[in-house]
Amino acid sequence: MLINDGIPTKEDIVKVTPSDERFAEGPVVIVECFQEIPCDPCVKACKRGAITMSGDINALPVVDYTLCNGCGNCISLCPGLAIFVVDKTYSDDFALVKLPYEYVPVPQAGQRVMALSRAGEELGCYEVVRVTTGGKKNMTYTISLAVPQEVVMEVREVRYTRNGS
Amino acid sequence: MNSLRIEEHPVLSFERGEKITFFFNGREIDAYPNETIAAALHASGVRKLGESPVLHRPRGLFCAIGNCSSCFMIVDNQPNMRVCVMKVKSGMHVEEQKGKGELELIVEN
Amino acid sequence: MIKNVEIMVIGGGPAGLCAALSASDLGVGISAPDLGVGISAPDLGVGISAPDLGVGVLLVERDDVAGGQLVKQTHKFFGSEKQYAGDRGIHIGQMLVEKAQADSNIEIWTDSTVLGIYEDGVVTVLHEDKHIKVKPERIIIATGAAEKFLAFPGNDLPGIYGAGAVQTLMNVAGVKPAERVLMVGAGNIGLIVSYQLKQAGIDVVAVIEGQPKIGGYLVHASKIRRAGIPVLTRHTILEAYGNGRVEGALITEIDESWLPIPGTERKIVCDTICLAVGLSPLTELAWQAGCEMGFIRELSGHVPIFDENLETTCPGIYCAGDVCGIEEASSAMVEGRLAGINAAASLGYGVSEAEKFRKDAMIELEELRSGDMGGHIRVGLEKMYARCKK
Repeated sequence: MLINDGIPTKEDIVKVTPSDERFAEGPVVIVECFQEIPCDPCVKACKRGAITMSGDINALPVVDYTLCNGCGNCISLCPGLAIFVVDKTYSDDFALVKLPYEYVPVPQAGQRVMALSRAGEELGCYEVVRVTTGGKKNMTYTISLAVPQEVVMEVREVRYTRNGS
Repeated sequence: MNSLRIEEHPVLSFERGEKITFFFNGREIDAYPNETIAAALHASGVRKLGESPVLHRPRGLFCAIGNCSSCFMIVDNQPNMRVCVMKVKSGMHVEEQKGKGELELIVEN
Repeated sequence: MIKNVEIMVIGGGPAGLCAALSASDLGVGISAPDLGVGISAPDLGVGISAPDLGVGVLLVERDDVAGGQLVKQTHKFFGSEKQYAGDRGIHIGQMLVEKAQADSNIEIWTDSTVLGIYEDGVVTVLHEDKHIKVKPERIIIATGAAEKFLAFPGNDLPGIYGAGAVQTLMNVAGVKPAERVLMVGAGNIGLIVSYQLKQAGIDVVAVIEGQPKIGGYLVHASKIRRAGIPVLTRHTILEAYGNGRVEGALITEIDESWLPIPGTERKIVCDTICLAVGLSPLTELAWQAGCEMGFIRELSGHVPIFDENLETTCPGIYCAGDVCGIEEASSAMVEGRLAGINAAASLGYGVSEAEKFRKDAMIELEELRSGDMGGHIRVGLEKMYARCKK
């Protein structure tokens, strides 16, 4: 369980997973924030107003998937690094997952990195499609990784070392 | 020795300045200005800073904020120096402190 | 010679910096309207002859730079925009220090240690190797906290560090203090420092935690878990072993009564053991000043008894931040601000704005503490106010 080992369970994930119909429309945000903590930058991060909180800053963020266009602006602005974007329309076999990255070295587009699950298990080496910097002050990179459709909801971390991962 | 220094970091960059040297138990050690004696020693792989007074067990750093007294060393003949907050200086002599330090009695005139 | 100041802030961390800035914002030091009256404030004693022209706010910091523990917090802070949420701790620290340095009402003494607070209101400071007497109208104690230790065989071996110490070596000095670390404690500090170790290229073998639940924010736990660091709750350390330095640890699973479960012992090979088992308020000055102290477990131990204005039982002495209850840095910043406002207002500054600023700060604190994670603080404060009214 999340509270005992830090790994969100299937039940946790279901709660923050958009519908299949929404996935079919294109990229969409997955906010894996399951605990009420005083924190609200994600709300301001979304220019489209897709992320809201009812009550005070301790409330869990709520996503309006009809407003979210999967831009991923919120990924590097979440202090908890708990926001991801999944695009199942990337290709027939591959889906795109965008995730936050704060390690060195930073992989470049075209390089292959090891995809890891929420439990840190290796899920295979896949290609980085795009890397965007969060900027000088933010310093969190957003990495877009093309992974097989069947693992896109499992991949939540990448490992990259210079001598090949 | 530079392998114990962080050269690449996702958030921080370290501007260390010109290398200096000081002495640890008589051995010359590299350091950078503005770092603490404890940091310079750790960068050279030194973790044992002294010995306990009675059982002579090795002593190392604990709090690194100048609070706990675990890092007392003899610096330029002065015992009980908190090397976790004391800055390293070129040519300084730092020695392991074995047990309680003895203060030199300074009598003026 | 005695240096006269209106407000003396002891400690230049998040609470102290915000206290100094908010007091200055209310005009402390600018107007110095009625210097004579202010300086002979009756509640801190009299007896000072011919006071020299004092400064508004004097901020005294033991370290050679102000910023307190913010200088090594490389992660982004939580909270809301008002507490700079989303900014990294180091950047918040730099911003606050620069603001304080640029503020002509604030004088900052670094490398300076407060030695004592005396009955006549005089505070002695070791500043630039000199013993200096300061006579403040008001004192704000914001001395922070120190890391707790844990009892187990071998706990004195070199290589057993407070998690904060490792953070200092790594993030301030840029030195790799370890190659393989066992982290003890899954509160926010244990989780965050594990992440930062990983960022510095250091292996963390595991984070162990005696409680059945992770104490820190789960987003921090998930972040390190997916990077491959196991978080083992209901586990404790039995002993550290090694010849002259840490070479490993023996850990075990524990049952509901915190007793080791036979057969679950495991050797962990590591060169460093980090203790992140909580903080103790650094209350020496409050004790010495004669503040009434109370043991409130939820606030992490002995703390000065204070009222809603953060004033201790010694009139004119306020407290803010970890020294009066261990919390997150965001709360420390707001508490500091509140203490600064109250101290300034009690000297007659900011009559028109003080009330609004005070209310804003109180609302922010309530918000920061209102969730699940603030439960123990709410209980602690309830006990505090009950004691304070007696």
